[in-house]
Amino acid sequence: MSDKSQQPSHPSPPQPAKASEKSHIFDNPQNVKRLLRIFYTTCAALFGAEFFIHRHLDHAVESWYGFYAIYGFVACVALVLAAKELRKAAMRKEDYYD
Amino acid sequence: MISSLPFAALAHYAVDWQLPPAVFFFAGAIVVGVLRGRAQAAVALLVPLVGIPNLLGLTAATVYDVEFFTYTLEFLRVDRLSLLFGLLFHIAALIGVIYAIHVRDTVQQVAALAYAGSALGAVFAGDLISLFISWELLAVTSVFLVWARRTEQAAGAGLRYLIIQVFSGVLLLAGALIRLHETGTTSFDYIGLEGLAAWLIFIAFGIKCAFPFLHNWLTDAYPESTPTGTVFLSAFTTKVAVYALARGYPGTELLIYIGAVMTAFPIFYAVIENDLRRVLGYSMINQIGFMVVGIGIGTSLAMNGAVSHAFNDVIFKGLLFMSMGAVLHMTGKINGSELGGLYKTMPITTTLCIVGAASISAFPLFSGFVSKSMVMLALLQDDRPIIWLVMLFASAGVFHHAGIKIPYFAFYAHDSGIRTREPPWNMLLAMGIAATLCIFNGSYPHLLYSILPFPVDYVPYTASHVLTQTQLLFFSALAFAWLNLVGLYPPELKSINIDAEWFYRRLAPQSIQAIVAWIDHTGGLLKQDAKAQLKDFVDGVTRHHGPEGAMARTWPTGATVLWVAILSGAFLIASFLP
Repeated sequence: MSDKSQQPSHPSPPQPAKASEKSHIFDNPQNVKRLLRIFYTTCAALFGAEFFIHRHLDHAVESWYGFYAIYGFVACVALVLAAKELRKAAMRKEDYYD
Repeated sequence: MISSLPFAALAHYAVDWQLPPAVFFFAGAIVVGVLRGRAQAAVALLVPLVGIPNLLGLTAATVYDVEFFTYTLEFLRVDRLSLLFGLLFHIAALIGVIYAIHVRDTVQQVAALAYAGSALGAVFAGDLISLFISWELLAVTSVFLVWARRTEQAAGAGLRYLIIQVFSGVLLLAGALIRLHETGTTSFDYIGLEGLAAWLIFIAFGIKCAFPFLHNWLTDAYPESTPTGTVFLSAFTTKVAVYALARGYPGTELLIYIGAVMTAFPIFYAVIENDLRRVLGYSMINQIGFMVVGIGIGTSLAMNGAVSHAFNDVIFKGLLFMSMGAVLHMTGKINGSELGGLYKTMPITTTLCIVGAASISAFPLFSGFVSKSMVMLALLQDDRPIIWLVMLFASAGVFHHAGIKIPYFAFYAHDSGIRTREPPWNMLLAMGIAATLCIFNGSYPHLLYSILPFPVDYVPYTASHVLTQTQLLFFSALAFAWLNLVGLYPPELKSINIDAEWFYRRLAPQSIQAIVAWIDHTGGLLKQDAKAQLKDFVDGVTRHHGPEGAMARTWPTGATVLWVAILSGAFLIASFLP
């Protein structure tokens, strides 16, 4: 498989990072932590919001408290764990078909 | 379906040419073919801009029939469904052309316009034969967008793509001809799943729609195209198929199950795929799944959901492909394992990509929120909770792989050290237009709702819907964050993943090789056996008739006299017998 970086042309070849360049927002681990804290708080608020907002039900299947939150979390964890298993079966080297 | 046409409010901008929309695109393709440089880009830009007023001026009374021997080809059938897709394809073509203004490659410019024209030809086709013509034109024009990458992989993927697409057309033609023979008509209306012809046409549509096991042409060829080519590819072929299913097979229950599988299985692949444009290819199948389910349910709400989601999908999927195209164009890289940290040098592209990601994930105020939910509600109203749970799983999954993975691994994650710039202005403009449409349709869906085939009495913005959807998405994101923090998230690896294409790229060639080897081996044994038998025969002949053989010996005269005497004696005795 030929290297995909051999494009016909791209205007600016990627430059390596310079040591002197300015620091960006997520270079500071504190900012990442802050973002995560805001995110966790929002999650908790959303979970609690069901106490105050009446949830209109279209079907009995969605009637548990926190159904959407729990289902979203469990679905994604299951998805990733299953995908890791799929990788064992499906992953091949990049030149498999060559 | 509502009988009045949808663009009454825009009549002011209409012109009364009454031409099939495809005409402008094919004429434009020819002109662009002889021009060079900026003139080429200018004409390409003009084509959709001139096409839209013509489209707005079309009326149900407009026909464009062409006599072909004893057969009448209906090139123009105007109703709400064809007009909606017509408008969508004009918008997609306009965005694509702007995105590709800087491209100085005549092959791509011509192919892109002819391809868009073919898609318009297909959605306005009133009979199956003119649909077939556009169907095959879609294949032969679009393959040049794959080949235009001019790599070995693109050449191979393009050829596989072409074979599969042309085969789909052959099935469609066979179905159409059988139908003509059986019913005496090939008018393209409701078909339903009865009889051989209906099934052939269904499978033809299914191939272009990327049904499970028929889907690999998409994830194979689209990521091998050029940065600009993929944007066009993502807009037309599959949406023509969605249109065709909506026209021919609404309310076909089988589609609910097919669609549910389409939403679910690609997300597993999307999580482990390294090529970020291939991730988008898988997520495309996932989104088409929602449309297919909607068509399968077939109620007004579901059909409106399917069609409006097709509309939104073209724009947000185009936006995501454009943002990844911009990354590929500027860095030459597209694998998640080689990217990261690009938000530092491409902040505008990053923001626009996130708008696309929010739209496909159906965040409130973004376009997916107002269309996908119609299909989901229709499922519950149809009392199909199991399918609904599968699709809710897929909704969480799409946020996971397209909403988070794409922006995260390209623009954030670990810093790859790549320092680049924003892409050219025209790419940013095209992405900006798409992002604006995503937010506009998501925040003010009434305009989109007003052009849908059926009357809309759906209200997307209720406190309940906003809360549940936000919960679903935030807790999906929480899963991503948690899996990353505890190191359970699978890293991006330089690799490929085998999928259904394995059957024809590995199993079939290897089987044929094995069969050939077996034939060769068996043939060898047979040959040896025949040789041995022949040798025995020749040896035998040689033994008896060869120079040393008994039959070749010269017999002495005495022996002859003896034999004559014996024979004469025997004759004499025999003559005395009674």
